Amino acid sequence: MRVLGIETSCDETGVAIYDTGKGLLGHALFSQVDLHAEYGGVVPELASRDHVRKLLPLVREVMRRTDTHPRDLDGIAYTAGPGLVGALMVGACAGRALAYGWGLPAVAVHHMEGHLLAPMLEERPPSFPFVALLVSGGHTQLVDVRGLGDYRLMGESLDDAAGEAFDKAAKMLDLDYPGGPRLAALAEKGDPERFTFPRPMTDRPGLDFSFSGLKTYTLTTVRQYAQADGLPDEQTCADIAAAFQEAVVDTLVIKCRRAIRVSGHKTLVVAGGVSANKLLRTRLESRLREERAGVYYPRHEFCTDNGAMIAYAGCLRLQAGERSGLAVEVRPRWPMMELDGSLS
Amino acid sequence: MKILALDTTSGACSVALHCDGHTSEQFVRAERDHTRRILPMIDQVLGEAGVSLSQLDALAVGRGPGSFTGLRIAISCTQGLAFAADKPVLPVSSLAALAAGVRREQPHWDAAPIVAALDARMQQVYWGVYTADAPNASLWPEAVQDPQQMAQRLAQSSLPTPVYGAGAGWHYPELAQVPVAEVLVEAEIHARDIAELALPLWQSGAAVAAEDLEPLYLRDEVAWQKRQKIRSK
Repeated sequence: MRVLGIETSCDETGVAIYDTGKGLLGHALFSQVDLHAEYGGVVPELASRDHVRKLLPLVREVMRRTDTHPRDLDGIAYTAGPGLVGALMVGACAGRALAYGWGLPAVAVHHMEGHLLAPMLEERPPSFPFVALLVSGGHTQLVDVRGLGDYRLMGESLDDAAGEAFDKAAKMLDLDYPGGPRLAALAEKGDPERFTFPRPMTDRPGLDFSFSGLKTYTLTTVRQYAQADGLPDEQTCADIAAAFQEAVVDTLVIKCRRAIRVSGHKTLVVAGGVSANKLLRTRLESRLREERAGVYYPRHEFCTDNGAMIAYAGCLRLQAGERSGLAVEVRPRWPMMELDGSLS
Repeated sequence: MKILALDTTSGACSVALHCDGHTSEQFVRAERDHTRRILPMIDQVLGEAGVSLSQLDALAVGRGPGSFTGLRIAISCTQGLAFAADKPVLPVSSLAALAAGVRREQPHWDAAPIVAALDARMQQVYWGVYTADAPNASLWPEAVQDPQQMAQRLAQSSLPTPVYGAGAGWHYPELAQVPVAEVLVEAEIHARDIAELALPLWQSGAAVAAEDLEPLYLRDEVAWQKRQKIRSK
């Protein structure tokens, strides 16, 4: 089975083709990062406008590069949520219409399920069951994954997502958008021991997270050391970045360890934009070794949004017999636990 | 000549098939339900006529102005269909379609100029002026303006009387004093008029490839706030 996947839920236009026999055949991505940078964040209307321009050229490019003719395809998968409503509509409508035009089945894919399954595109894929840490600008969730669609929420952020906290802290330090990776880079120049930031909700049982207090603590520290222009000196900025990153990573690692113990699973899958964070990867690997659990990630380029994970997730769902009709429905807010687990 | 036309620029959702001189249409007031309605409507219109996508000469679509999110639904569907069937696309002005529809429904308006206006929100209108002779092109560039500016522009113009008005943009009280013979505020955009207007566009070679199809938003300068950096490096 060969499936074309389309992703337009936020500020990346992604297209890919996955083949059950040959694996990922090819993928193409257009990132709008530069477009949104001057606004300091994603402007939803500009994102939607750009998807209209970029989607079909990417489809043509991936079809050409993978030498795929429409008759070679067995289905089309498109992201239907969660995400920005206008952006989702572009990919969902174009994707569903393409499938109709080519006489192919189509399937609406849950964006976070795409992230969750992305590590399965790697050479050494994890196998069910596992605990998944979904950690991005929109999500911080621990999920007990028993099979395709069989997801139980173990814990989640009660306020900001971890990636959102990274971006907001970066803004406080006057870093450019997207702030998360820039803050991580700045943290490498900092002394992680000069400041100790709180590890929210780690001193009580449970698997929920909270990052808004940490954000406030960061702001207070920035103000305390601020010079005339409102910012601390460069080294202090780097030290604050390091302390912030330490606190977020430490919190995530503590909860992941706890989730592995509670679930009894021996595998942790980490996905979403923050899964690219180097410190998080290093710490998880060393601390989970103590639990005799293995950690799996997607390759770097598939940590952020992409079409490959949508093609793959869509392929599994099409194989399981799922079909989406001609009535296109996008869901900007769509809890992953509502997915149908009876397919697995 | 076979053209499939789509429009979702306003609260209505419509699909029409022009098939060798005869036009059939599906039209619903969909409000926020366009994504669910449009492809089943297309399937029905094509099915009833026994026409497949591959038999079409072209697709036509209401290219705006109108609701940003709304008009992209028909644009994206058109892109998918046209790309899949390898057909060209004829982008048609939603304001021109609004005027053409009213002219079709109001024969006594004859060939008089019709001022089509859509509510652009934020106390503004999208508007243009269309004649029977050149139904696709506004007499002056389609614009997004305050109702006062529109009233002033019309007051300064030397349009032959009578002049008629159409569309929800006319609801603004600032337009009450504009000397028009009659106004149909509740007039709506129909895909059948998109299809009709696409015919002369097809003749004049105005078709574009699916990849080059772009909405016409008119409003490009929305006050998206730019980031202020403290330290520039």
